[in-house]
Amino acid sequence: MEIIFGSDRLKRGFARMQKGGVIMDVTTPEQAIIAEEAGAVAVMALQAVPADIRKAGGVARMADPAIIKEIMDAVTIPVMAKCRIGHFAEAQVLEALGVDMIDESEVLTPADEEFHIDKRKFKVPFVCGARDLGESLRRINEGAAMIRTKGEAGTGNIVEAIRHIRLTKRQIAELADMSDDELEAKAREYRVPVELVKETARLQRLPVVWFCAGGIATPADAAMVMQLGVDGVFVGSGIFKSSDPPRMARAIVEATRHYDDPEKVLEACMNLPQPMKGIDIRTLREEEKLQVRGV
Amino acid sequence: MKIGVIGVQGAVSEHLEITRAAMERCGFTGSVEWVDRAEKLRGLDGIIIPGGESTTIGRLMQRTGMFERIREMGLGGVPIMGTCAGMILLAKVGDEQVKRTGQPLLGLVDMEIERNAFGRQRESFEVDLPVTILGGEPFRAVFIRAPAVRRVWGNAQVIARFNGRIVGVLQQNFLALAFHPELTADTRLHEYFLWMCKR
Repeated sequence: MEIIFGSDRLKRGFARMQKGGVIMDVTTPEQAIIAEEAGAVAVMALQAVPADIRKAGGVARMADPAIIKEIMDAVTIPVMAKCRIGHFAEAQVLEALGVDMIDESEVLTPADEEFHIDKRKFKVPFVCGARDLGESLRRINEGAAMIRTKGEAGTGNIVEAIRHIRLTKRQIAELADMSDDELEAKAREYRVPVELVKETARLQRLPVVWFCAGGIATPADAAMVMQLGVDGVFVGSGIFKSSDPPRMARAIVEATRHYDDPEKVLEACMNLPQPMKGIDIRTLREEEKLQVRGV
Repeated sequence: MKIGVIGVQGAVSEHLEITRAAMERCGFTGSVEWVDRAEKLRGLDGIIIPGGESTTIGRLMQRTGMFERIREMGLGGVPIMGTCAGMILLAKVGDEQVKRTGQPLLGLVDMEIERNAFGRQRESFEVDLPVTILGGEPFRAVFIRAPAVRRVWGNAQVIARFNGRIVGVLQQNFLALAFHPELTADTRLHEYFLWMCKR
């Protein structure tokens, strides 16, 4: 019996098991347990949530492996962790540690301005951020098993994630009526193999699981993006920057689950704790935006 | 024939697709439905509980009132297939992880389940696995942070083992698998389940 590890099917399959779920940013084992109890499908182990990374400035790097390890020991659900864009050595460390998925993330300071990580070399699956179809397909071609919108992390403002969802969907829809020549031109424009573009045209969706991330702060935010067609949501600062994290966590899980049932979303929204304050994107300087990193 | 896939979280669309394909291959007419609330359980001839995060699926099934209803239907003889997380939910007894997280179990199959029995995602694997109820050709079994069965008793019948560990169990109207047939194009296990539903 030949046993295979780290195949595309195993990596993409892992991402499929997350569908319909909420993945929550946590910084301590206690927070991870709160997330698990609320019904999170996985947690993202971090040293600081994006809102604090944004505030702190400086170079944001992979979290201390000791913190990630403590979180891994505290919960039974999968644990993910972030490495810097292009920083394959951080990714190797995270793989050696045994995290279940690596987020090559623009929330951290990019390490390589030219190349993303060659994710095919890893046995552990990767998730990458993308603002449009071209970015999404480039990351999938590099071996990403899951794509998430970038949104604008740490702002508690959904507007950028919505822009990325709508743009990606529109670009996929446009592929439907294209001739082979036009699809080949698109493949050149996106700098990916034409087979990948054709597969996307045929499926009329990304060929991997697609989550929303960056700016989700309330249950209604989660319900909105699920209705727009993503497979699940990441919630970063939105839970542990609210005034009552366990309740906010559970409410977002409920709203994600019942996204198409306004009565249930209403129930989830009722008597909610104070959400994070949030930032108007228009007040951000261009160099303060995280989403432009790693395209 | 009406089959329901429990759709609260996880690989739901994958099961819908392969069950439809299996139904066609069997030559049965019917429908495969996405079941996300208790009302939709009515009139089902078979239930599939997919893979996903078992803690999440269990909690959401409880909150939607589906949990008790599925249990009653199973006890009443309605066939239930559980894959990965679904297998965990079918078990009568859970391991320390199940107990610590307060994971609710349907308690329908005479088996003790061990969560994440093979390790974390990097230890996830695929392998050609002999499955007794399929006869000759092995089945491409995809194990993702999979559970295993520590022991069975009563009427539970072991149908697949990997490295000596139990990964497939059949008991009357219940079919429990530690791996993910819905991630392959092989419809044989779903066909077998549909024949269980036909009887």
